[in-house]
Amino acid sequence: MASSTHDVRRSDRAFKRGLQVAAWAILALFGALFWFLFMSAKPAFDAFGWQFYVTKVWNPVLDQYGALAFMWGTLVSSLLALVIAVPVSVGAALYLTELAPRPLRAPVGFLIEMLAAIPSVVYGIWGIFVLAPFLRKWVQPFLSEHLGFIPLFEGAPFGLGMMTAGIILAIMITPTITAITREVFRSIPDLLREGALALGATRWEMLRIAVLKTGAAGILGATVLGLGRAMGETMAVAMVIGNRADISLSLLKPGATMASVIANEYAEAGSDMHLAALTAVGLGLFFVSLIVNSAARAIIWRVERTGS
Amino acid sequence: MLTLIWVAAAVALIPLALVFAWILGAGLPAVSWDFFTQIPAPLGQSGGGMANALIGTLTLVGLASCVGVPLGILCGVFLSEYAESKLARITRFTLDLLTSVPSIVIGLFIYALLVVPMRGFSAWAGAAALAIIMLPIIGKTTEEVLKLVPDNIREAGLALGISRWRVIMSIVLKGSSGAVATGVILAVARAAGESAPLLFTAFSNQFWPSGLGQPTPSLPVQIYVYAISPYAEWHQLAWAGALVLVSVVFVLNLSTRILMSRSGVVRAR
Amino acid sequence: MSETKTDDKAQAKPAAATPVEPLLVVENLFAYYTAEPSVKNVSLDVRPNEVVALIGPSGCGKSTFIRCINRLHEEIPGTKVQGRVRLAGTDIYGPDVDPVAIRAHVGMVFQKPNPFPSMTIFDNVASGLLLRGGTKRRDVKDIVEDSLKKAALWDEVKDKLSAPGLSLSGGQQQRLCIARTLAVKPKLILMDEPTSALDPISTSRIEELISEMKKFITIMIVTHNMQQASRISDRTGFFLLGDLVEFGPTWQIFNKPKDDRTDQYISGRFG
Repeated sequence: MASSTHDVRRSDRAFKRGLQVAAWAILALFGALFWFLFMSAKPAFDAFGWQFYVTKVWNPVLDQYGALAFMWGTLVSSLLALVIAVPVSVGAALYLTELAPRPLRAPVGFLIEMLAAIPSVVYGIWGIFVLAPFLRKWVQPFLSEHLGFIPLFEGAPFGLGMMTAGIILAIMITPTITAITREVFRSIPDLLREGALALGATRWEMLRIAVLKTGAAGILGATVLGLGRAMGETMAVAMVIGNRADISLSLLKPGATMASVIANEYAEAGSDMHLAALTAVGLGLFFVSLIVNSAARAIIWRVERTGS
Repeated sequence: MLTLIWVAAAVALIPLALVFAWILGAGLPAVSWDFFTQIPAPLGQSGGGMANALIGTLTLVGLASCVGVPLGILCGVFLSEYAESKLARITRFTLDLLTSVPSIVIGLFIYALLVVPMRGFSAWAGAAALAIIMLPIIGKTTEEVLKLVPDNIREAGLALGISRWRVIMSIVLKGSSGAVATGVILAVARAAGESAPLLFTAFSNQFWPSGLGQPTPSLPVQIYVYAISPYAEWHQLAWAGALVLVSVVFVLNLSTRILMSRSGVVRAR
Repeated sequence: MSETKTDDKAQAKPAAATPVEPLLVVENLFAYYTAEPSVKNVSLDVRPNEVVALIGPSGCGKSTFIRCINRLHEEIPGTKVQGRVRLAGTDIYGPDVDPVAIRAHVGMVFQKPNPFPSMTIFDNVASGLLLRGGTKRRDVKDIVEDSLKKAALWDEVKDKLSAPGLSLSGGQQQRLCIARTLAVKPKLILMDEPTSALDPISTSRIEELISEMKKFITIMIVTHNMQQASRISDRTGFFLLGDLVEFGPTWQIFNKPKDDRTDQYISGRFG
């Protein structure tokens, strides 16, 4: 009877090796990503040190750079987006899992997911020509006149600025938060809902006790993931935020985020130091995104494991 | 309180309706045969189109797929079939990290890697950036899809005396090809809509793309350029471009839904 | 191993006293998933054209045992096999032996019918031939038809060979898997509870098929169903907790078992 041909064993081994090469290519890619980013940003670190990330000055003319204004802008725009998106998304998720009539669930869910498929630049153009003028004409004058004493709403209505960016970001991250929250709610056993109702809770009380409270960790994970997405969004923000490297409490003022300043200034950057500084901003964004996204994933993974 | 929930769902959907309405309203009038066949007219003249950007997007996405698709599928196969190995676990983790990298940062990477040494913007650079964006999507989808194939299918193949690599490629992977194709289509839809990583890799071009080593226009980047310009004719083109882009992305996404439901039906038998 | 030897043996009755050269000899087989063996020191033999049944409570090593015969057990990481297994005289665990080649000589039919998804009926049966190579295309068609006939499925599918394999009923799918295994012309077929997922009618059809198949092939079948074992097998082995407690002619195992434990299992005192 035939004994072997080593050929088959050899081809199996070659196949495995080929796959391993593909895997190593991914690892090498990631390493190269970090390496090239760091090397390109290095001149900025050499010139400004780590204080780069806490310096406000951003002056291409004088070649003086600091990323603080952009970190502020990223923080504010993302937080504003979360403040708007989280209640809306959680509400939409509750609607989809608890209240919507069955035949409506799939289509409505599909529509919300389609929000995620719209490219960033399309949100941007809509923001420039529709949302910003709307805010400038109808919303911001009202806020400025009646609530202008609050630092949040101080200043002239300009349209393009932090508020527009925050709203557009909220629209963009809603599908993400909704999808995950929906899964979290779906995996809560019906027993908990029935138990609450049996104790005499109203529909809303049941939702609050059995669904929202149980799913709280999952909602947190979804929120952090939404935060990660918001921080990395570039085009839509770059088109509506007004592009001013400034730190201000007012939502009506223009600003800039880490992502938007790179998009706006990189292609026409004047000096090598300008490029290095922008890359250093990018490196900061890289790390922050990695940390926030990993945290989100860890939370969600733990929720999936323990069944929240 | 319950009404607030209805309100929330409506609020989530209103922007979709508004965005769509405007794209259709502002874009439809500007879409014409010229749009698909002409390059932009010189400033001050009306007419012209975005044909160069359309060709550019096809080129960039096509080029990116040549690397992104095979590499992504091979990675997915590795992660599924050799899942317990240490390399697989590290690779899976790295692939997840790669998904978290903002696309503009990928543009920065490719700028340093390719644009600087090549001394200029090119389709190669743009395609490289898009390939990196496509990779994790295809890799993860392939892995998940292959993991759904029950082990006794693999055992049946091995029990026939078929070598392991043929079992994986000709039975497991081939049997899931519809679902894998779904991942590829989603990655293509994503790549077609990206503009941030192309801003300083493929850059932009008002004329027909003149070669793979030259700056190459793309639909999303041109929409951006025209939208932020001060010229009304260019704004019109931008809206038309947005309509075309959204339509393409939607059709691709819908086709994956149809593909998925169809392969689901076969499996349910 | 030539065809003529099998033909000769087709005439001999396995229960006769004439000594017959065994097809499969297992000596002192141990199999491990972890440090503790799941199969302990099992020795048995299988003669050409006989049906051997392996019975015993679940989890006592029967499936593990047969997976050592076609070297499928070692595909699970961390497993180990010790002992000797000789198929038609060759030690299948010998140093130069390729497990992949062995598996073409030892077929396997699984508990849950598993036709390859998105393959047609024809492609399923032909898969072993096409994916192993070495068979001319024009022969493939003939072999597929022949295998489907031997698996008693040809008449039901001959007009729809390009239908998906999964479009068949459960019983038909299992016969499809049998045809697929027959196509590569193994010497021995291992069956791991092939009817436990099927309805009674399909089950009896497959039992009939096994009795027919004895004419041209040898079968070792693991089964939970004692009645099935007594209906179709020539010799039976009783496994308990990894040990082969008793092995002998079927009528003897079921009517005059030599070991008390066998007696207790047969009479239903545990299961």
